[in-house]
Amino acid sequence: MSKQYETVIGLEVHVELATKTKIFCGCSTEFGGAPNTHTCPVCTGMPGSLPVLNKQVVEYAMAVGLATNCTITQFNKFDRKNYFYPDNPQNYQISQLYLPICRDGGIEIDTPAGKKTIGIHEIHMEEDAGKLIHDEWEDCSLVDYNRSGVPLIEIVSEPDMRSADEVIAYLEKLRLIIQYLGASDCKLNEGSMRADVNLSVREVGASEFGTRTEMKNLNSFKAIARAIEGERARQIELLEEGKQVIQETRRWDDNKEYSYAMRSKEDAQDYRYFPDPDLVPVIISDEWLNEVKAKQPELQAEKKERYKKEFDIPEYDIDIITGSKHMADIFEETISLGANPKKVSNWLMVETMRLLKEHEMEPEDIKFSATNLAKLIQLTDEKAINSTVAKEVFEQIFNEDIDPVAYVEEKGLKTVNDEGALRSTIEQVIANNPQSVEDYKSGKKKAIGFLVGQTMKEMKGKADPSMINQILVELLQ
Amino acid sequence: MNLMSLTAVELGKKIKAKEVTVLEATKAALAAIEERESKYNCYVTVDKEGALKRAEEVQKLIDQGELTGPLAGVPVAIKDNMCTKDMLTTCSSKILSNFKPTYSAEAVVNLEKAGAVIIGKTNMDEFAMGSTTETSYYGETKNPWNEERVPGGSSGGSCAAVAAEECSYALGSDTGGSIRQPSSFCGVTGIKPTYGTVSRYGLIAYGSSLDQIGPVAKDVTDCATILEAISSYDKKDSTSVKREDYDFTSALVDDVKGMRIGIPTDYFIDGLDSEVKEAVLQAANTLKEKGAIVEEFELGLVEYAIPAYYVIASAEASSNLSRFDGVKYGYRTESFDGLHNMYKKTRSEGFGAEVKRRIMLGSFVLSSGYYDAYYLKALRTKALIKKEFDKAFEKYDVILGPVAPTTAPKLGDSLSDPIKMYLGDIYTIAVNLAGLPGMSVPCGTDSKGLPIGLQLIGDCFQEKKIIQAAYSFEQTRTYKRPLN
Repeated sequence: MSKQYETVIGLEVHVELATKTKIFCGCSTEFGGAPNTHTCPVCTGMPGSLPVLNKQVVEYAMAVGLATNCTITQFNKFDRKNYFYPDNPQNYQISQLYLPICRDGGIEIDTPAGKKTIGIHEIHMEEDAGKLIHDEWEDCSLVDYNRSGVPLIEIVSEPDMRSADEVIAYLEKLRLIIQYLGASDCKLNEGSMRADVNLSVREVGASEFGTRTEMKNLNSFKAIARAIEGERARQIELLEEGKQVIQETRRWDDNKEYSYAMRSKEDAQDYRYFPDPDLVPVIISDEWLNEVKAKQPELQAEKKERYKKEFDIPEYDIDIITGSKHMADIFEETISLGANPKKVSNWLMVETMRLLKEHEMEPEDIKFSATNLAKLIQLTDEKAINSTVAKEVFEQIFNEDIDPVAYVEEKGLKTVNDEGALRSTIEQVIANNPQSVEDYKSGKKKAIGFLVGQTMKEMKGKADPSMINQILVELLQ
Repeated sequence: MNLMSLTAVELGKKIKAKEVTVLEATKAALAAIEERESKYNCYVTVDKEGALKRAEEVQKLIDQGELTGPLAGVPVAIKDNMCTKDMLTTCSSKILSNFKPTYSAEAVVNLEKAGAVIIGKTNMDEFAMGSTTETSYYGETKNPWNEERVPGGSSGGSCAAVAAEECSYALGSDTGGSIRQPSSFCGVTGIKPTYGTVSRYGLIAYGSSLDQIGPVAKDVTDCATILEAISSYDKKDSTSVKREDYDFTSALVDDVKGMRIGIPTDYFIDGLDSEVKEAVLQAANTLKEKGAIVEEFELGLVEYAIPAYYVIASAEASSNLSRFDGVKYGYRTESFDGLHNMYKKTRSEGFGAEVKRRIMLGSFVLSSGYYDAYYLKALRTKALIKKEFDKAFEKYDVILGPVAPTTAPKLGDSLSDPIKMYLGDIYTIAVNLAGLPGMSVPCGTDSKGLPIGLQLIGDCFQEKKIIQAAYSFEQTRTYKRPLN
């Protein structure tokens, strides 16, 4: 390749908000109900029904806007986007085009070249559509309106990203902010966070953007990265062959690692947007804005600062723990139950991370409770179990969130603190291992390790190693 | 005693006094329908069984002292664009020919709480688009004063049913004059309230920013009483307004002394029938004689109301009616090849010509490249028209004028020339654009014996002023029945 190309990427990120009810009616947003059970005349587009805006949606959108340094549009409006499709019961989607709730923001990401700001063009509120299920056997399509009317925000970035790494860094940052705000759980695999990638390439140094394509159906960070690489290569190949990139929407097939065209600009629909006459303008008073500002929870940067001051743990650990809102919550809750911060941090940093990796899980997927971790730490503090047993018990907590006190009791894992029994076991071990005893006495102090191990074996692991050590030293003198 | 010639309030009093049972009243309405419906075709659906059953329930509630209001037990007809639970609601369209809603419109629920007995659903122009009730899929309604004439529209079925005494009163809806104009043509009284006064929840939308439900009845007392019953603040309708003054019957006072009444000179233009003009000016004179201060003034922008209206209402309609697609409810074409063909055939077969015309007009004015030139310009015009009215209401309590330029035209005359039909809405449309309350009160008949309506327009939330003016005027006349 003779020419050098630069990739230009902008993202449209849809995030499902964590409200209990839908954006324009009182139906539940809960995931996974039987088809068409979370529905009413409003979210099924029955004649005569009217939308009423859920205030919580506005507050979440404002919170995300504030956390991403946007200007809040204090007079904003909903518009209808008109298009025919059966997943959309009214045949128009209520969205925001002319006056979106947030504008002109941006977030900072870390890149190998240093910090970089990715601009946010706008954030708007809208309703989700229903779900179509194509039944190949019956040769028909069925529609489930449970998801119809679930609130979304769409976060539209500026075309400020130049690589897959930057895209992932931006998405991770965005996800973390939204999770910290409690506005969404942002699970890509469950569709509560969806990203469409707008990508073009141009020769390095060119001032104009190239023709872009929009890629949909990206369900994981890995798929996004692969799709970006694939699309970049496809566009460069076209240009190298002297062909043109066509402005179109493409669907990424992650199994085939290839995208194919869905629709081109020529058959792009005219959505005939106009202000929805069924809804009144959303007017955000200074008072309301200040209220939301005041309620803004602590975000990662502030949390890091606080941890540095409050807890004596390494900065690296702080980065990892605050890198997941869920993990930080567990950390703080366990401490509030009386556990030592350093010990909590240790459990999270070592054993938890090891098990997450082993099970290919994300910190967000952690299921265990702070209560059980706190109990475990207390058991070790009281020396009721030793560290080997503790690790074994923790794995049970990690997998099934068992109560460690009951578990230790039931399995008889408690350390034996009966000094008499321990002493006689040690006497036995000394008698059975004259060679090691001799080694020790002749100055090979390391030989004591073998004797401790033998004793522990005899005690079936339920002894306090420091106590064994103490008695051994005493008896060997 | 002919129960159907009584006003709703008179009948309600007799029911309350146990002189008449609810069942007798209901049967009287059903008998009237039986006798005259074949002539006038006021109804799309008559729910005989439901009405009789409901009559007994209401009687029980009256006997138990739970229903004491003035409308308890009185039979009512509902325009067929308001949802009635489990009862066919067609909007007079083929596309909703099999549609039974799962819920009732808020205005209907309010009436039921007041003890109304719903007799059936009245005919209308398809989706309320038209001024004659001739665009209905279920055949035209005829004017009870002259069967060769249209009843007006789009609430033609409701107005004709009241005039023909096939119900005691009715609900209509008004987007550009759809209550007032047919009230005028049928010689009955109707009110289009201030936008936001009656909940639109369950009213199948035509032009959402203009639609309002209102009463149609024999006299002003009935209208005020019905409006009091159907008005409410409804959280389900974001455009609903919380008001403190739903006691509209308190304005039933025969006194216009010192009331300032303005007559727009720009309403008296070419195309206004001379007999209509004379009757309206005569009515103004009557009010003057009763002590009102009557003045002429120039309103301004009158000629811009019609184009602005047809742009805005059609734009909203094109989107509102897109949900009728054969997927979820209503008519679906018999055979089709794929989704888009199904949409196309269903909608081509399901909608009538006037509805298609407005969907196309609305889609055009919203399409990219035309939105600013048409839709936004129309919205700006709407705002300017409101300003003209604001100026007028600084000087006047009530604006007085004709409802329509003519009396009821002959069947078939209007549809051949839609532009002419649209121009007939010139006096009513601006009221919707400005969100104002307006009312039609009979003020005489022309030489052909056809009724003429007087329009009284109030400032926003000033229904009481127009009710008081209308009531005072009404005291100088007797209600004229079309039936012999």
